[in-house]
Amino acid sequence: MSMTYLPGEPTRPEGAPPTLQLRLSLYQRMVELRAFEKRVYDVFLQGLVKGTTHLSLGEEAISAAYGEAMRKDDWTFATYRGHAHTLSRGVPMAPIMAELMGRSGGLMAGKGGSMHLTSVEHGMMGSYAIVGAHLPIANGAALSAKYRKSGQVSVCFFGDGTTNIGAFHEALNFAAVWKLPVVFVCENNLYMEYTAISAVTAVEHPAADRAGAYGLERILVDGNDADVMYETATRTLERARSGEGPSLVEAMTYRHAGHSRADPGKYRPDDEVADWMARDPIEVYRARLLSQGVDALVLERIDRDVANAVDVATEVAKASPPPGEDLIMKDLWSDGSSTWRN
Amino acid sequence: MAELSLREAVGRAIAQEMRRDPNVVFMGEDVAAAGGVFKSTVGLLEEFGPERVIDTPISEQAILGAIMGASMTGLRPIAEIMYSDFFAVCWDLVVNQMAKTRYMTNGQVSLPLVMKTGNGGGLRFGAQHSQSIENWAMAVPGIKVAMPSTPRDLIGLFASSVRDDDPVIFLEQKALYAAKGEVEDGEIVEPLGRAAVRRQGGDATIVTIGTMVPRALEAADRLQRAEGISCTVVDLRTLIPLDAACVLDTVSATGRLFTVEENPRVLGWGAEIASIVADEIFYDLDGPLVRITTPYIPLPAAGELEDKTIPSVDAIVETIRKRMG
Repeated sequence: MSMTYLPGEPTRPEGAPPTLQLRLSLYQRMVELRAFEKRVYDVFLQGLVKGTTHLSLGEEAISAAYGEAMRKDDWTFATYRGHAHTLSRGVPMAPIMAELMGRSGGLMAGKGGSMHLTSVEHGMMGSYAIVGAHLPIANGAALSAKYRKSGQVSVCFFGDGTTNIGAFHEALNFAAVWKLPVVFVCENNLYMEYTAISAVTAVEHPAADRAGAYGLERILVDGNDADVMYETATRTLERARSGEGPSLVEAMTYRHAGHSRADPGKYRPDDEVADWMARDPIEVYRARLLSQGVDALVLERIDRDVANAVDVATEVAKASPPPGEDLIMKDLWSDGSSTWRN
Repeated sequence: MAELSLREAVGRAIAQEMRRDPNVVFMGEDVAAAGGVFKSTVGLLEEFGPERVIDTPISEQAILGAIMGASMTGLRPIAEIMYSDFFAVCWDLVVNQMAKTRYMTNGQVSLPLVMKTGNGGGLRFGAQHSQSIENWAMAVPGIKVAMPSTPRDLIGLFASSVRDDDPVIFLEQKALYAAKGEVEDGEIVEPLGRAAVRRQGGDATIVTIGTMVPRALEAADRLQRAEGISCTVVDLRTLIPLDAACVLDTVSATGRLFTVEENPRVLGWGAEIASIVADEIFYDLDGPLVRITTPYIPLPAAGELEDKTIPSVDAIVETIRKRMG
């Protein structure tokens, strides 16, 4: 079995197609992710965010679609490029923005920062900044779901670069052997940090071409098409939930900015950038909704509401004071302390 | 009351916790059908079934990731890393993931998990199957470190490790697997962070742990008989949490501290003990702080060489005799 859906190719995933209401929420979520990340870019330049950030500009369709398709009690495991995945689980903007700014109102009160966004109450089980580490951890949650027969599914997002680290292979084999309810989603944006993935990988499609090595279906989809991503999400989630085991999805996408704040992305050819900008997931989706009869006013209203929400969240975050020093020695251990000796 | 070997105590310890709590699962390489490469987990698969006693591939990152994710979502998993040397291939999961996640998330996540492992030398396995990693483990903020020296302590400390809500590295000394000790019937639970004074003496305090405990006790007996030097022997039992109060009390009473450590010398746990003692009770001391350790080398395989590297009873006796003279 194999499933490929790239532009111009015939097959489509056989998951549930989104209803109109759902497609409007998908649109809204993508607009939120875009507007939020753009604002992060701006406030970084204003000196309100220190350290680094890794934006998902251009990659919104993937996390938005999974966020819509997942059950509330499913789990997300993301990477240091995890703002979008956190928002996609319904975590409000203000605590995320405040976390990036290192404020007490942050999602983790400023103790984690941009690369470690976590909100357990939303099923957002962490953003992991060591490439590959969270694939085995996502397996563990899936093992727990299977053991407790809870029907929960673990969804683990990562970049193309992750496919070349050992933990990827250990995790895929482990998940396949025990048919764990886990979905691995490779967001292939063509570059592992500053280097083209094709220059350092033995196969063309770093995840899909290797799926067979773990007895898994080859799934290669257009990560910039929100409908395709939604159908892929429902199909892979359903497979996991029904006990058929893991999936490995390779979703083709492109980041509109560099790898991180330090990277202007100059190593990418102009025509490649132009091609992908023309396939902007939000523009593509907007045009599709309009062509199918959705009133432009409806979409404009969503755009306006989202812009306001980002403004409000930014102001809330800016107004939040820095964290108190009492947090420094707190919560190393589960008793709340960091005591290591008597 | 029964006499058990440390190896037998491992199986009893796991079974005690698995019978008590259905959320306890156990996984590792060869631990289920084969009963463990040290034959310490024989019978667990038969009693608890393949959903709770799981044979894994040789994938240490997958193993530690699995118990981490499982512990975040309601289970109390135990993993075996067959030899502690193998932690080197999955240390990211320990250092960057398990140790930091609770702190980074402002306390959103607890990780009630145990990583048990065969640790230490003395079995002629050579440099990649003999290391003592207690000093690595102790150096990572966020990981508890237990290292029992008797079968009874193994069961009791293991119970507390499983019931603890934080990650624990549980070091089983391979050289002690055959050592026997009295173990009472019924449930045994020993708290983490409480040292045991194994012997009382007035002239010097020997602070030690693990395989070095029986050696220190034998050395103390010989020093008493042959030299009239009377030693207190403290078995730390856990390095994190550290029972510093017991060390400070006993060293204050004798005025001398000797540590006996199996880990290589540089930044071994005894350096931290010596620092605490020098800082906090310097004026109670009657002489230098002395560390007896394995040297700063990998372990050689041949018996004649290995026995000269890990602190032996002879070496402990000789060092203490000289430095007390």
